[in-house]
Amino acid sequence: MEYEVVIGLEVHAELSTQTKLLCGCAAEFVREPNTHCCPVCLAMPGTLPRINKRAVEYAIKAGLALNCDISEYTRMDRKHYFYPDLPKAYQVTQHYHPLCKNGYIDIETEDGVRRIGITQIHLEEDAGKLIHDQYETESLVDYNRSGVPLIEIVSEPDLRSPEEGRIFLETIKSILEYIDVSDCKMEEGSLRCDVNVSVRPKGQKEYGVRSEMKNLNSFRAAHRAMEYEVKRHISILEEGGEVLRETRRWDDNLGKSFPMRTKEEANDYRYFPDADIVPMYIDKEWVTKLKEEMPELPSERRERYIKEYDLPEYDAGVLTSSKALADYFEECLTLYDDPKNISNWVMGDILRITKEKDIAHEDISVTPKQFTDLLRLVDEGIISGSIGKNVLEDMFDTGKDADTIVEEKGLKQISDEGELLEIIRKVLQDNPQSVEDYLSGKKKAMGYLVGQTMRATRGKANPQMVNKILKEELDGLKEK
Amino acid sequence: MELYKLTIHEANELLRKKEISAKQLTESVLKRIEQVEDKIDAFNTITAEKALEEAEVVDKLIAQNEGISSLAGIPMAVKDNICTLDVKTTCSSNMLKDFIPPYDATVIERLKRENAILIGKANMDEFAMGSSTENSAFKKTKNPWDIERVPGGSSGGSAASVAADQAIFSLGSDTGGSIRQPASFCGLVGLKPTYGRVSRYGLIALASSLDVIGPITKDVTDCALVLNAVAGLDTKDVTSSSNPVDDYTTALKDNVKGFKIGVPEGFLDNNLDDEVKNSIDKAIKLYEKLGAEIVDIKLPHAEYALAVYYIIACAEASSSMARYDGIRYGYRAEDYKTLEELYKKTRSEGFGSEVKRRIMLGNFVISADYYDDYYLKALKVRTLIKEDFVKAFEKVDVILSPTSPTSAFKMGEKRDPMAMYLSDIYTVPANLSGLPAISLPCGFDSKGLPIGLQLIGDLFDEKKILQAAYTFEQNTDYHIKKPIL
Amino acid sequence: MQAPAIYLHICGERMKRMKVSMQEVELVAHQSQLILSEDEKKRAVQDLTCILEYADKLSELNTDNVEPTVQVLPIADVFREDEICPSMDREIILKNAPHATDDSFIVPKIVE
Repeated sequence: MEYEVVIGLEVHAELSTQTKLLCGCAAEFVREPNTHCCPVCLAMPGTLPRINKRAVEYAIKAGLALNCDISEYTRMDRKHYFYPDLPKAYQVTQHYHPLCKNGYIDIETEDGVRRIGITQIHLEEDAGKLIHDQYETESLVDYNRSGVPLIEIVSEPDLRSPEEGRIFLETIKSILEYIDVSDCKMEEGSLRCDVNVSVRPKGQKEYGVRSEMKNLNSFRAAHRAMEYEVKRHISILEEGGEVLRETRRWDDNLGKSFPMRTKEEANDYRYFPDADIVPMYIDKEWVTKLKEEMPELPSERRERYIKEYDLPEYDAGVLTSSKALADYFEECLTLYDDPKNISNWVMGDILRITKEKDIAHEDISVTPKQFTDLLRLVDEGIISGSIGKNVLEDMFDTGKDADTIVEEKGLKQISDEGELLEIIRKVLQDNPQSVEDYLSGKKKAMGYLVGQTMRATRGKANPQMVNKILKEELDGLKEK
Repeated sequence: MELYKLTIHEANELLRKKEISAKQLTESVLKRIEQVEDKIDAFNTITAEKALEEAEVVDKLIAQNEGISSLAGIPMAVKDNICTLDVKTTCSSNMLKDFIPPYDATVIERLKRENAILIGKANMDEFAMGSSTENSAFKKTKNPWDIERVPGGSSGGSAASVAADQAIFSLGSDTGGSIRQPASFCGLVGLKPTYGRVSRYGLIALASSLDVIGPITKDVTDCALVLNAVAGLDTKDVTSSSNPVDDYTTALKDNVKGFKIGVPEGFLDNNLDDEVKNSIDKAIKLYEKLGAEIVDIKLPHAEYALAVYYIIACAEASSSMARYDGIRYGYRAEDYKTLEELYKKTRSEGFGSEVKRRIMLGNFVISADYYDDYYLKALKVRTLIKEDFVKAFEKVDVILSPTSPTSAFKMGEKRDPMAMYLSDIYTVPANLSGLPAISLPCGFDSKGLPIGLQLIGDLFDEKKILQAAYTFEQNTDYHIKKPIL
Repeated sequence: MQAPAIYLHICGERMKRMKVSMQEVELVAHQSQLILSEDEKKRAVQDLTCILEYADKLSELNTDNVEPTVQVLPIADVFREDEICPSMDREIILKNAPHATDDSFIVPKIVE
């Protein structure tokens, strides 16, 4: 039987505010435990919350970027459960009146653009952190992260494959980075997701039974978990079994999901309105003002690259896939006026190198100035394009400027006609067979001779000149 | 005359005239505590040493001819659910028996700024859940008028300490009547200000949407003076109001001519103790005599108030109580292996039975299955109750009723929780509607126990109830009588 | 103000039909993280039944078009600016903790 995959995602992104959601403690990530805490975020008796205006604004911006309706009336609720990382034993979140609703984003898949619904975005606080590995019989609790503002973005079950799920996550990440409301640093836990997976026989209207996996903290893990669950569901159904409605734990090391130890009680979070926090009426002027402050979104930037810089759609898509990369590209453009050439190098070499060396786009060490200087060396014929690629790698490794590397390694292109002529004559002498082949009409032999010439100069020969001189020499021989 | 018997305004005058020193006054009150505390058990903590140090500071100010505030040098008792920096704040619960807050409640900050002197932390029903102070985990406070009887609750220690002259005034908190009912049982003036008039920051929450801090005093003038000091916007409590604060002493006028006093239909019917009813009737007649107009009003949804109150108060309480898990502060069970055991043993051993009962009821009514029928329904009926009062205050200036259906009952008398809850029947509507309400002495029953009169005002109209109360006080002498100890 | 009569009526008859079951009491005790003895459970069944039946009088009222009141005052939109306030000294924070290292709170090992 053919199955259709149905995936819904919940993305939790920490907002990059200065302070926590409900108190003035710094929200930054710090390793030293319990240093960013106060009576409020430790839920000491008698303390009261005060909501961070910027957190609300960031959540609204996320809502605007994801094409949501911004609620005119919104308030905070309490979600009750006991866990040591949750000091009040309730999380301040939004259940009954979320801030943003009914949005969507368009994602680019191999089958073209797909529109994925966003059910809602709500504001909430993060929990603290448990440290399990320090002692054998005890765990430690660090409340630095307790109360850091988060948004939870809930998608409609519109995703139809793990691959779409992955693209959705990357698109969300890139949008949040663009509008500068979240660092989206997965390694620091500032972006996490829950995945809901079900499958159904193709053509069936009702959804299949879904399983949920919480707190996946890398896109790779999320993608693998989705793929695993899809296979697991299908194989259960194929064998005539029944998928259980359950929460599962993904073990990324083993590449498997496991049922969570089921607790006998139904999961009842006993949501109810938080009377310590007053409601918020989000007026239109505020939203308009925030809209004006919003930076260009990835999709808008992509359009602009196509229109203004005449870049192919593919190039524009790759360059705007992350804010850092697009910013890098545009900074290069201010120094060097050939968008297509920059694009070729960025997409080809820079992305290859960053991928090989596992460098984040934010952390590209070669400055736009260094990089465009390199492009100029190639343009001016001082080095060849292929040498340029090696020089770029060296620049990443050493941090040195291109011309320093060219100088130190003696990579300057040989463009002296006399010098090249001498080398070429020697190559012709050493390869009589190829010369004969060429003369007897096998034009391919030309390529071989160019290659030999480049080899003799260790790549430094100016390729245009080599071509030109070789042709002249061979044609001269022919006439004889 | 013994200094501990003074009111705030009397003591203030003597201090200003340098006829007494703050130290003398504090020593007198401390001596009184020494004499009667064994009988009354009003305090969980007595801060004698700090109090004397603070008194010396006030005396220096006076010596330097610095102007002093109305509360400077005045010894006060503070209910043990109001956080005091470096002084144990226990909520009369084993859960917090060793909790020392690293911060002051906003009201304490304000009173310290006025140089009022903290003399001790007053006993209460555990986490303010109760109407008799019998639910304290530590001790049972006695009513100074009859030590076989309860002082009321939950601010029983606050009321008893003032009635027994162990403090010149005290602070209590009122979620469903916890200031007014003990004030009534102890023959004192107790004010529940408008919700949001006084900051809740540092008040250990029972029910966030209902809790208010207020004074318990020997007379109405003192009540206005304390309110002046504690009222007003606090940025730490976003539910506190930015409405401008009046000088409440300007309301202390002996005049109710033209006042329209509403008496709700049915409030003085069947379930009321005869002697209480008698005193209330007399109070109504006195007001009429003084030129007020008595107006019959209807509060059609008042009979639902108690049910609404217990649903909302318990729902919010179950949530406020969730944080007591034995991890960051407070009691922690000794014998546990797993996290679940730590939670369950800590909470079962740390909380008393009334607290557990209300946590259970609260969690019940906000569970998914019961939310709509009970909790949401209660929030909606709360709206109807509030609207009843809005309509009533279109016609009247204040609303009059008994504070409690009975005078102080005997310890152990009311065992059934439901019967206990019913004693809050006159006080909870003001909490549900956020309205200010005052209780003041209006007579004694045949057993010599005080009876309290409640006046409810419109939102932020504390001045009218203070004026009506002051006028009543000026024309009666119930507030002057003291218990014999 | 008819409460006492209703109360007597209900609580007199309450043994006939328990509104709240033992299982529900056990579940809510678990959600409240409380251990109840058998006696306490039985009592809780009675107490909750009694209180909930009293609360059932609310169903007499039609509230279809009534807005719920969460807070009595119309206060809204009170925010804090995103400005850092100093956190509290860790030493002070940990002083009230029943069980802590010099930098963290301690709980029994959690097996996830």
